[in-house]
Amino acid sequence: MTPEADDAGSAATDAGGPAEAPARLGRFEALDKRPVNLDGFAERDDAAGLVAFASANDPEPSVALDDQGRIIELDGTPAADFDLIDAFIAARGIDAAVTEEANALDDVTFARLIVDPGTPRADVVRLAAGATPEKLARVVALLRPVELQMAVSKMRVRRTPSNQAHVTNRLDDPLLLAADAATAVAYGFREVETTVPVNADAPSNALAVLIGSQVGAAGALTQCSVEEALELDLGLRGLTTYAETVSLYGTEKAFVDGDDTPWSKAFLCSAYASRGLKMRVTSGGGAEALMGAAEGRSMFSLESRCVALARAMGAQGVQNGGIDGASVVGCVPDGMRELLAENLLVMLRDLESCSGNDALVSESDMRRTAHTVPLFLAGSDFLFSGFGSIPRYDNMFGPSNFNAEDLDDYLVMQRDWGVDGALRPVIEERVREVRERAASACLAVYRELGLAPGGTASPTVGFSDAHVDEVVVAEGSKDITPPDPQAVLAASDAITERELGILDVVRALWETGYEEEAGRVLAMGRARVAGDYLQTAAIFDEQMNCLSKITDPNDYQGPGTGYEVPAARREEIAAIRQQRSRADLLARHAAGAQGVGAGGGAKHGATDGITHGAISADDRTSQAAFRLVERGPSQTGDDPREVCIGVSPALATKLWFTMSGLPVSGALAQIVAGLEGEGCTARIVRVPSTVDLGVIGLTAAELAGSGVGVGLQAKGTALIHRRGLAPLACLELLSIAPLLTAEMYRELGANAGRHAKGLRPAPVRNPYTEQAIEARYHAEVVSLVAIERGESVPGAPPVDLEVQR
Amino acid sequence: MTPAPGPDARALSGRPIDEITLAAAVRGDLSPADLRVHPDVLRHQAEVAEAHGNPQLGENLRRAAELTALPDDEVLAIYEALRPGRSTLAGLEAIASRLEAVSAPLCAALVREAAEVYDRRGLLTA
Repeated sequence: MTPEADDAGSAATDAGGPAEAPARLGRFEALDKRPVNLDGFAERDDAAGLVAFASANDPEPSVALDDQGRIIELDGTPAADFDLIDAFIAARGIDAAVTEEANALDDVTFARLIVDPGTPRADVVRLAAGATPEKLARVVALLRPVELQMAVSKMRVRRTPSNQAHVTNRLDDPLLLAADAATAVAYGFREVETTVPVNADAPSNALAVLIGSQVGAAGALTQCSVEEALELDLGLRGLTTYAETVSLYGTEKAFVDGDDTPWSKAFLCSAYASRGLKMRVTSGGGAEALMGAAEGRSMFSLESRCVALARAMGAQGVQNGGIDGASVVGCVPDGMRELLAENLLVMLRDLESCSGNDALVSESDMRRTAHTVPLFLAGSDFLFSGFGSIPRYDNMFGPSNFNAEDLDDYLVMQRDWGVDGALRPVIEERVREVRERAASACLAVYRELGLAPGGTASPTVGFSDAHVDEVVVAEGSKDITPPDPQAVLAASDAITERELGILDVVRALWETGYEEEAGRVLAMGRARVAGDYLQTAAIFDEQMNCLSKITDPNDYQGPGTGYEVPAARREEIAAIRQQRSRADLLARHAAGAQGVGAGGGAKHGATDGITHGAISADDRTSQAAFRLVERGPSQTGDDPREVCIGVSPALATKLWFTMSGLPVSGALAQIVAGLEGEGCTARIVRVPSTVDLGVIGLTAAELAGSGVGVGLQAKGTALIHRRGLAPLACLELLSIAPLLTAEMYRELGANAGRHAKGLRPAPVRNPYTEQAIEARYHAEVVSLVAIERGESVPGAPPVDLEVQR
Repeated sequence: MTPAPGPDARALSGRPIDEITLAAAVRGDLSPADLRVHPDVLRHQAEVAEAHGNPQLGENLRRAAELTALPDDEVLAIYEALRPGRSTLAGLEAIASRLEAVSAPLCAALVREAAEVYDRRGLLTA
């Protein structure tokens, strides 16, 4: 304790005990517990480079040429002072024929050309090729979020959007890697990136992912992100088809700290291309600040240098806008806008954008989604440079912004907005099929190549047929018996020592009966001989057509142009496994009426495992025998203890369960029991003329000797009514049908009896819920009401009913 | 000099692409060089890139075409030599000369340019 604090304490004691801190406000205590408050936020700090746009230390854009057209000044720096990055960009990154025109253009005019759909993309690309890094940074910084989205729609290179998956696991389990790669391809990912927790496992991982990626469909590209020399080696042997972890930085210090220079990286680019491998570089704001080497410049200013450098090196594409430094960018004001703007920089330089969303940017689901949505709506060459297609815990890159847990959310988002997020809904059986085939093929190849110790006779843990079965059903690596780590290492060593390559894989697949996969793996080898996928933004579709800047150029020029989601694809996006039709609903109810309904009963079927209300076998049995039989036209009763229960047209004709999953027979029985407990008698009447519960209840009340009636819809909504009241002015209403219990129906019946006896009971309380109850049930309500209306007969008189069991 | 793309392309081995079949692979008729890209194909792709407004990608693919003649180990050794603080001026000049000798003038120029800038920025060893 400091002396001052001690004095202060004494003073407080003198004043009659320590001053109590004022009570926290409940609102703030509650807010403190929200996930967003686990995120870190930093004040802007230009000196440390903790600034998204426009640091006080960013240079003024400038360019000067000598009489031979060589750049002798770049963004305020004369040639004699060029650092590595300036020098490389000045030598080959800027179109000297355009640079003076581009840099002289007013920033706002330039920015408008980027956004304006009427200005062709090619015109913008021409100008951007001449703009210095700082010029382009200044111009793009002017764009507001929606303008960035417009610009991304127009400027991305490829017309058809695509997506990349991370496929890794904590154990480097090859069978699981193969199954997960096949699963990713089934969902529609066209690039699959793996890495290792244990570096030496890389060859095995690359092999397993290669096999899995060619199950179910052709043409997915694969990568194994490891140390440069090893990664290149795997590529040389055809075990991978692309690379993207060639990192660039925006300052010389960060670059050299990363143990490279623009020249070494440019050479590496050529090395990959010389072996027919697709390659992109990686950059992204925040990396320099994180390394303490930002030179006081804004993240966007430095990123613009990286992207100009990528173009200068001759890389076809860039992964940025939400990679490892994403949360550094996210912690400063305008950070999320900066990340999206990074992707646009790449597109403006006419390069493939592999658009981040790679690192989990927030503990808050709301905030991480807000990061992804603008790009998702605008579309990109690759919407994620690694959607975590495996569970978060298995992602050895660290969790992505979206992961396997979010796949259904993502598919629903595609459907909600009618945009092509490059993924497709897949049913459980399809995923089971590809996982089974991929894991089996992987095991077969490992055995055939002598990489599975013990062979088939006495397989080592992780290389048995039983392990295939585990892998197929596993959510992730926590659900399987860990393979022998020595066996995975040994397999990797053998792949390296015996120089196993793509041809060995092709032959092993063929020999073990996986002819189709053998053909697809070989096709990836042929692709590198043809070289078409070295062009900008190239992917293969599932028919091995190469889609790239050359074959599938983005031609967006405003509404009605550019990528239009094809009709078949639109249907695919719409057909999420959770959507239901009225026919599905009727079938479930009919099954429930027969006491059959597999597992889930009358609520959603059991095939998809999604159920909203639990229905027991007893319920189904009781319902099977339950029928309401018509006993003739209803007359007004004269027993003052008689209460009529009016039921809706479809109750126990087409619809047999309430929305809370109770059999309608059970709800009716509870109401009757409640009435009888009060010494009243019940008469059940059908009101076939209307679907309006107020009118049904009022009609029942008018027929009842007591003048009190209960109305019950098949979906479970119920009320108490009295003769003479207006239809909507009922005595009590239980409106939250999905949450009503048997006890509530009994209590409602009891209260109806009390009203009949002239008492004034306390109304039954509607259950309260924080659930998005309308989101859960309204889709079903529309069908239920339509079925009721279909059963109704306008003008038909009420009919007395009798229960038969 | 520059082949058309697609069916007329040849592998580094000289084998036409339409002979790279599954039947040939399972017979054991294919070697790794049959699945390597030919420098002519890379030069063709460079022309395509240049015709579509990306001379830098074109230059990269032309450097790549040059590197097809070098074994993997040598390619990796040159990359290593270009990393910061790995080489002397003379060492880089020797690499450039060697590259020129194997008809890799673009790669040689890249190495010479690196040497000059590294010298100015203090990234060479003594």
